[in-house]
Amino acid sequence: MPIDTTTRTIEIECLRYDPQTDTEPHFSSYQVPFSDDMSVLEGLQYIKDQLDGSLTFRWSCRMAICGSCGQEVNGVPVLSCHTFLRDYFPHKLRIEPLNNFPIIRDLVIDQNDFLDKLESVKPYLVTKLEKPLAAGPHLQTPQQLNRYYAYSQCINCLLCYAACPQYGLNSDFTGPAALALLHRYNADSRDQGWQVRAEVINADAGVWGCTLVGYCSEVCPKAVDPAHAINQNKVNSAMDFFGVLKLMNKGGTE
Amino acid sequence: MKPSSEPIFWMLFGGGGMLSALIGPVLILVTGILVPFGLLLPQDTMSYDRMLAFAQHPLAKLAVLVVISLFMFHGCHRTLHSLHDLGVHTGTGAKVAFYGVATLATLLTAGLLLVIGF
Repeated sequence: MPIDTTTRTIEIECLRYDPQTDTEPHFSSYQVPFSDDMSVLEGLQYIKDQLDGSLTFRWSCRMAICGSCGQEVNGVPVLSCHTFLRDYFPHKLRIEPLNNFPIIRDLVIDQNDFLDKLESVKPYLVTKLEKPLAAGPHLQTPQQLNRYYAYSQCINCLLCYAACPQYGLNSDFTGPAALALLHRYNADSRDQGWQVRAEVINADAGVWGCTLVGYCSEVCPKAVDPAHAINQNKVNSAMDFFGVLKLMNKGGTE
Repeated sequence: MKPSSEPIFWMLFGGGGMLSALIGPVLILVTGILVPFGLLLPQDTMSYDRMLAFAQHPLAKLAVLVVISLFMFHGCHRTLHSLHDLGVHTGTGAKVAFYGVATLATLLTAGLLLVIGF
């Protein structure tokens, strides 16, 4: 399909909130000229550069890899760099900060709760013995790589947390991305960290906080499928609960 | 963080889900449609005498108990969690009530299966 380079105008409604002056959030509306190749992020940049320099939002890479520009567009969590204005025209867009997080200002949310949770799952290889350099690299078969590869694609954009009704109801829930990353390491043949991550996994706020709604996997821009990661670990956690993991003498999911 | 007791209920839920998916539709077809309408099977297939004889066999007792109990645990667990999904705050009381109903149904079934003899 040839790219339409003609300029059209679309209405963008942004949630605005400045905690220093506003008692509650409100919406401001902007008329934004756009061409077919413009992303929602570029629409926001147009507003900031040309219409209202006080509009605040996060962004960095513009290519769906940094995970900074997550926003709710018409109530759906998306990466704004990965979503195009043309797909909404002739209707207007309503842009809000990601659901389920406190707003710092305008479209910028406070990610600290997630960062604490990410730390709690020990998202790095945990090994029983440090392998000396002289012993060479840890070799892995393609099959062993496949077991965790998809889960290692997470960019921490938090769309899944904005989509998760359980996290919305109870923010103690460890949540989709952190649990998917927990699984990414547990499923790695080089890792022996099941025991150190078991406390997080086995808790009510761990995998058992999930009721498999599955919206997290639907909104994930990197096809990580956190719902599947969590559900696999319900089986592992149940096996751990009944002592089966110990009987099988496994450090995790082999 | 202390370990959740959820695995117990989740296993019962999972077992019930698996079983209901495998035999639920067939049970409804046979006991609810085919037999009452006399289709494929004679209408007296499930007469009192036959069903009593069936339920007096130890293996049939086990099957009936497993089906009723796991179906109940599956349904109660699903309903309890759906209430939570819908924003209804469910605490320990609701847990006791829902799993209590499933436990009661299990005990009642076991009791009745013993009372009718072998």
